Amino acid sequence: MLSSQTSPSRAAIPPKLASVLQVTPMALVFLLLVIVPLGLIFVVSFLDYNFAQVFPELYLETWVDVLTSDLTLALYLKTFKFLVIVWVITAPLGFAIAYFLAFHLRSTWLRTLLVTAIAIPFWTSGPIRMVSWVPLLGREGVVNQALMGMGITDEPLGWLMYSEFAVLVAYVQMLTMPMIATALNSMAKIPPSVIQAAQDAGASEWQIVRDLIFPLVRPGLAIGTIIVTTAIMGDVVMVKFMGGSQVNTVGMSIITDLNAFMYPPAAAKSILLLVVVLSIVISLLRFADIRKELRS
Amino acid sequence: MSSYTRTSRKRPLSFYLLGGLTALFLVYVYAPMVCLYILSFQGPEGGMSFPMVGWSTHWFRTLFSGEGQGLGDVPNAFQRSIRLAACTAVLTLVISVTAGLAYRRRFPGSGLVFYAAIASMVLPGIFVGFGIALMFNLLGWQVSWFTSGIGAQLTWTLPFGLLIMFIVLGRFRSSYEEAAIDLGASASQRFRWVILPIILPGVIGIAMAGLTSSYEETARTSLNVGTGNTMPMEVMGLLNAASTPVLFAIGTLTTLISFSLIILSLVVMTHLARRRSMRTNA
Repeated sequence: MLSSQTSPSRAAIPPKLASVLQVTPMALVFLLLVIVPLGLIFVVSFLDYNFAQVFPELYLETWVDVLTSDLTLALYLKTFKFLVIVWVITAPLGFAIAYFLAFHLRSTWLRTLLVTAIAIPFWTSGPIRMVSWVPLLGREGVVNQALMGMGITDEPLGWLMYSEFAVLVAYVQMLTMPMIATALNSMAKIPPSVIQAAQDAGASEWQIVRDLIFPLVRPGLAIGTIIVTTAIMGDVVMVKFMGGSQVNTVGMSIITDLNAFMYPPAAAKSILLLVVVLSIVISLLRFADIRKELRS
Repeated sequence: MSSYTRTSRKRPLSFYLLGGLTALFLVYVYAPMVCLYILSFQGPEGGMSFPMVGWSTHWFRTLFSGEGQGLGDVPNAFQRSIRLAACTAVLTLVISVTAGLAYRRRFPGSGLVFYAAIASMVLPGIFVGFGIALMFNLLGWQVSWFTSGIGAQLTWTLPFGLLIMFIVLGRFRSSYEEAAIDLGASASQRFRWVILPIILPGVIGIAMAGLTSSYEETARTSLNVGTGNTMPMEVMGLLNAASTPVLFAIGTLTTLISFSLIILSLVVMTHLARRRSMRTNA
């Protein structure tokens, strides 16, 4: 990008080599800690095993089990169900809030304040954020007390906490923020003159949103969807605590195998999960060029 | 952006509807945390839910005394997490900034490293954590927080560091650097006196992101820290044994710490950005 050729000739390192050297530490981290382990997991998934031991012998039964078992299907259906419900809530919500922040707020500092307020919970401790639902949704929590106080129920609702409902509540609390952020980023790039032109041509607010803003924000929403997808597909922490060990997902089943030292099935399930997540991500990337989205 | 609404002085109905929605969302996000802060001041006889049975700092004192039921190993876990986060933040900063600079030119393998970063970011955390633990296991190495622990966290923090560098350098006007080249500045002088001061707010952002996400990370870390928990793992353990409002006291304190860090870094970043824009506009 820069015309390094014009620099004084005392530069001993050719520019391309300089770049390669600069990127080497990062490349090494990804090679040794992501690519190599990924290969190892792949290999181990084909090995024979018994309790806490893996033998260097080819064993295909693990894969046959994983790919043909009804349990695998059930786990994926459950995980996809979470994903679909969370996406149906967070995508419109994120779009609506980003639209409010970008186009309705006149004061810049108020916008900055609200964006910060929305971002802060994302940075505060995950376990703490989860435990904070107990006083609200627990058996003796605020919601149950209020419901009983109003005479809507006679006894506390058990399904508010440690349930699929609680998992969803925590996911939405956590994952609306990336949707807002990516949508807002796309909206900030829309030139005001374009909207002005549409208004002058007599378009209503709804028409502008539907025909102008939404198509331009779609790449941002695609990236938000990628974040939501990977977060939910790979999650174990949220399911484990909010679900109170009652809810089983793909990630949880891998953890269960790992805790039992059953490495090959854990490896096979991980590889399958990886393939599924990457297929979703790659198909979503057709809606958005990440490098282009990052440019302001 | 705001000229969209500026033309009409009267607020449309959608303004009130969406404003209400945003307010509701903030209540949804903050209400549980506010309950937690209030309940951490529960009296000694009080439990994990409302009503408050008196007000006291009993649970904070329990936490600091390190004695009491269900307290586990919080002080040690906290220390371990802080050390881990500090090391990860420094490494993330150095590695991301150098790699970011590399991307200002085209070079062989640039796409490969970029997609490795994206892969590292979208791979499920337990998967990466499991892979690294497996590699150490097969090589016969012991996992410990200082080796595999930091390594596992870097696979999470580096992609974000690189993306922040892309954003920061995308806004960087190369004319400043070209001026320095014309004046005969060497590469190290250009970095030290031109590039670094301009991108400094972003660089601090990278370090803060590294620090906080290292402190929070569990999925990749849990299999790789060896003996002893990190703070989020310890809290998760306490949650399952869950018992007393001492958990809420931990929550209030950790929030206080991370809020101070975030506010401090925002203040430093805006201060640097303002100083920079005053100088360049002068």
